[in-house]
Amino acid sequence: MAVAAGLGPEAEELVLLEKSLGLTKGNKYGVQGERKSPVLQINNGPSLTGLATIATHLVKQAKKEQLLGKTAEEKAVVQQWLEYRVTQIALPCTKEDTRVILKDLNLYLEDKVYLARNNFTLADILMYYGLHHIIIDLTVQEKEKYLNVSRWFNHIQHYPGIRQHLSSIIFMKNRLFTNA
Amino acid sequence: MRLYLSEGSPQGLKVLAAAGASGARVRLERVPPDGHVVPFLTHPRVPALHLDSGTFLFSPNAICQYFFLLAGKEHTDLTSQWLEWEATELQPAVSTALYGHVVQGKKGGEVLGAIRKTLAYIDQSLTSKTTPYLTGEAESVADIVLWATLFPVLQDEFCLPDELQALRSWFRIMNLLEPCRNAVESVLTPKGAEQFKAYLQKQPVSCLHSEKPATNEPEEEELAQRSLSEEEIAAAADAWAKGAAALPERWQPQSPILPVEGRRNVLITSALPYVNNVPHLGNIIGCVLSADVFARYCRLRNWNTLYVCGTDEYGTATETKALEEGLTPQQICDKYNTVHTQIYQWFNISFDYFGRTTTPHQTTIAQEIFHRLLERDVLLTDTVEQLRCERCERFLADRFVEGICPFCNYEEARGDQCDKCGKLINAVELKKPQCKVCKGSPVVKTSQHLFLDLPQLEGRLEQWLEQSWATGDWTANARFITRSWLRDGLKPRCITRDLKWGTPVPLEGFRDKVFYVWFDAPIGYLSITANYTAQWERWWKNPQQVELYNFMAKDNVPFHSVVFPCTLLGAEDNYTLVNHLIATEYLNYEDGKFSKSRGIGVFGDMAQDTGIPADIWRFYLLFLRPEGQDSAFSWHDLLLKNNSELLNNLGNFVNRAGMFVCKFFDGRVPPMELGTDDKRLLAHVTLELRQFNQLLEKVRIRDALRCILSVSRYGNQYIQVNEPWKRIKGPAADRTRAGTVTGVAVNIACLISIMLQPFMPDVSATIQRQLCVPQACNILTDTFLCLLPPGHQIGTVSPLFQKLELDEIEALRQRFGGGQPEDSSLELKTHAAHPSPGARMSPMPGAGSGLARDPQRAKELAEAVTQQGNHVRQLKTSKAEKGQIDAAVATLLELKKQLALAEGKAAEVPAPKGKKKK
Repeated sequence: MAVAAGLGPEAEELVLLEKSLGLTKGNKYGVQGERKSPVLQINNGPSLTGLATIATHLVKQAKKEQLLGKTAEEKAVVQQWLEYRVTQIALPCTKEDTRVILKDLNLYLEDKVYLARNNFTLADILMYYGLHHIIIDLTVQEKEKYLNVSRWFNHIQHYPGIRQHLSSIIFMKNRLFTNA
Repeated sequence: MRLYLSEGSPQGLKVLAAAGASGARVRLERVPPDGHVVPFLTHPRVPALHLDSGTFLFSPNAICQYFFLLAGKEHTDLTSQWLEWEATELQPAVSTALYGHVVQGKKGGEVLGAIRKTLAYIDQSLTSKTTPYLTGEAESVADIVLWATLFPVLQDEFCLPDELQALRSWFRIMNLLEPCRNAVESVLTPKGAEQFKAYLQKQPVSCLHSEKPATNEPEEEELAQRSLSEEEIAAAADAWAKGAAALPERWQPQSPILPVEGRRNVLITSALPYVNNVPHLGNIIGCVLSADVFARYCRLRNWNTLYVCGTDEYGTATETKALEEGLTPQQICDKYNTVHTQIYQWFNISFDYFGRTTTPHQTTIAQEIFHRLLERDVLLTDTVEQLRCERCERFLADRFVEGICPFCNYEEARGDQCDKCGKLINAVELKKPQCKVCKGSPVVKTSQHLFLDLPQLEGRLEQWLEQSWATGDWTANARFITRSWLRDGLKPRCITRDLKWGTPVPLEGFRDKVFYVWFDAPIGYLSITANYTAQWERWWKNPQQVELYNFMAKDNVPFHSVVFPCTLLGAEDNYTLVNHLIATEYLNYEDGKFSKSRGIGVFGDMAQDTGIPADIWRFYLLFLRPEGQDSAFSWHDLLLKNNSELLNNLGNFVNRAGMFVCKFFDGRVPPMELGTDDKRLLAHVTLELRQFNQLLEKVRIRDALRCILSVSRYGNQYIQVNEPWKRIKGPAADRTRAGTVTGVAVNIACLISIMLQPFMPDVSATIQRQLCVPQACNILTDTFLCLLPPGHQIGTVSPLFQKLELDEIEALRQRFGGGQPEDSSLELKTHAAHPSPGARMSPMPGAGSGLARDPQRAKELAEAVTQQGNHVRQLKTSKAEKGQIDAAVATLLELKKQLALAEGKAAEVPAPKGKKKK
């Protein structure tokens, strides 16, 4: 964590992602602009800016392209959720914003295992990192209300190598609020 | 797959262009902006793509990427980076700008200010690479997405500042790409940015504004402060010190004004107003007033200037009006020409000559041009199908037919053009045509006519346009409209009509016909000049020496940029063709259109009855001149601008500067010892003055007016910071300081009086009288000179502006029918006893009062009120639906109001229900 200290949450996420992808030689990140967008200086090329852009680049670097989707449709879905991650789950979220995000996501995940249906992708990883600070504050009742989100979140946090130092969030297996 | 789009969603452009560029085949579904398409999202999001697999894509960028993926174009780091930047940085900035522009009515500079950083970023990226596109030699998804995001705010590359060269040329290239052009045509209507209004208003404000607090102004301020170099400050101080001696001599043209070798010769025309309509504020700002400001400015710059205009008098409308009023067409023209002349005089329009088209010169010149066209074989003969009203026993001119638009099904399309989709219509193609006079159904008859062979002239036209556009200032809308005409291909255009009131066609077989007004009217510019001087050809057949400016509203553009130039090119007589075509967008009234028939809006002859001085009208109309987009006249805004900009800013400053001279220095300008701060102020004012000149040279009238207000803002700040009224009571050094500040301030006031002259001539003259500014000072250069030297005696100073009170403005708003719910006035149209033009609420011209009595109309209205009253009672007793009753009540109230007006009383009826509170 020493590397990432003071860099802003998005650069921290990228450090987490690097590790989960098995990239050992850590990159150094800068930040840019009011939004504190992460910047990656590539050795012999131009720099890259933006969470989703750098994350996509890292996946390719780790030769795990399947995480970006296999078909055109899957690729577009992954990009869509990455964009959702950087535009909707950006830092200052009001209570109402959070409610809408969880409600929509819950409905979306009703018939899906992962964000891109049946395949685990980069979208799941970054959404998990992005939502962690929100989910951690949910009450038991809320977790139950957003049941599909809880199921998905729990699934991702147990995916090998993803959670790392982030705290494990407890979800109940049995339903307490049957009328919720 | 299905692509869901909604009208007025700025994002629709992106996905359509991407679909076009990648060749994706989609089925378009149009949904309302708040339509729920994506089942799992709480807030409606369109565009959305529904794939055959059932998957929904709701992010426009993902949709665009998907289209490109289908075409086998994988995304790269570079394209992802641009798309992410677009989503996180550009989109929020543009949304804020667009919201500010469309919903809050912010203007050009301010709007661009909000996105300046992002624009500069793109420009920089393009400059540092050598490729024409963002990511390489060919356009990628990134180019399409960025272009589509920028298009709604920019529309054309011409509103981009010159220093963003790379961005400009990229944007121009993108605008010309076929998929982009097609997307624009299918998503956007000629309403320009206005069409996003409904969509944007539905968006939560928080998500639009949260990204950037509105801190543009202080930033600009800082920028201006920083950008002053020591040299600029020193140069401004040097120039100032030269004083009046540095002024060039004022150019006094001979009478008649003729082009002079070695001078800049500027010929200005404003579109000829049609004689039998009393012009409304929109007409006035669209042509004569805009042209007047520019003409006055040209004279201040010592350019040799001629400004001509006149009434367009031929055509069916005049014939009909004559029948109605029991006069001959010529008598009608004489009568209304006087009305127009008086209105423009009141507005202080400085025509060098205001003429008319019904003169012998018109006949001679039009016929001569016709003969030349005939000799050169650029005329065709063809049989035309025309609508004829058997009941009225005549062929119907285009504007006397109404019907359903064949393109967009708008119900009230005119015979020549549809107000809704803007397309030109051939009257016989209208569905369900109706004679506007008798409401009968006209029949199609054939008749022989002459056509100008535009396809033959197209090559010459394009060659000329290319050159005119490269060297002249054409507004973006003028270029756009002309381009779209050329793109659709030119067709032969009929130049004759089966009428009597017009210029006769001097050719066997056509003796019973006259020239169509659109062939004839622009020739009026030449004939009006011919009535001014026998040497008119020195203006009109002299492109080498003369620069021609045409002012008009945008609906007149094709006739001035295509049809008339083709006429002149075809006649081959070295005519002066337009160099600068300046077209405005539309001015709306409150929330709707000006409508003579519905009695909504302020018309030229009524403005003077409001008690508000002509200069205030001029100021406000120019302040919201529809430059670049439509704007709307609003009474409350008028009050606000008068009280804040004129009274508190400009008037306050000029008055204080003068008062200090009078009170503290016996009316003599005190000696000045300039320090660094004073010199810095001189440099700031000089910068504003240069900006002012640059803008007016490009005929950006509205923006230039803001420069004057900035100068007076600088002045106010300067006085406020230096407090001469305190220092004058202090020790000697302080008193000297008070003298310097007062002296500089009164010289700024003098500069303002000169800059203001094109905009508010009376106020300018008043300031100059109060400060005793010599006439010789009325010249504008790029330097701010000390024109009132120490010792200069000034006169008596008094306040320039009056405060407008809310109740006064509210009464005016009531009187002129602002904020009426549109449907109730439509109701009125069908319910009112006599919808014929003669019974319209038009105050009799020449009576000098907007509240002229009209006993006949009053009687009819009284009857209508009784009838409508009974109708309402009937509805209430039969317990009809509330909506129905409300509508009937609204109609009743409106009728009562009109009755009051017809009886010569100010309307004092309670506001109808559902009226907007503003």
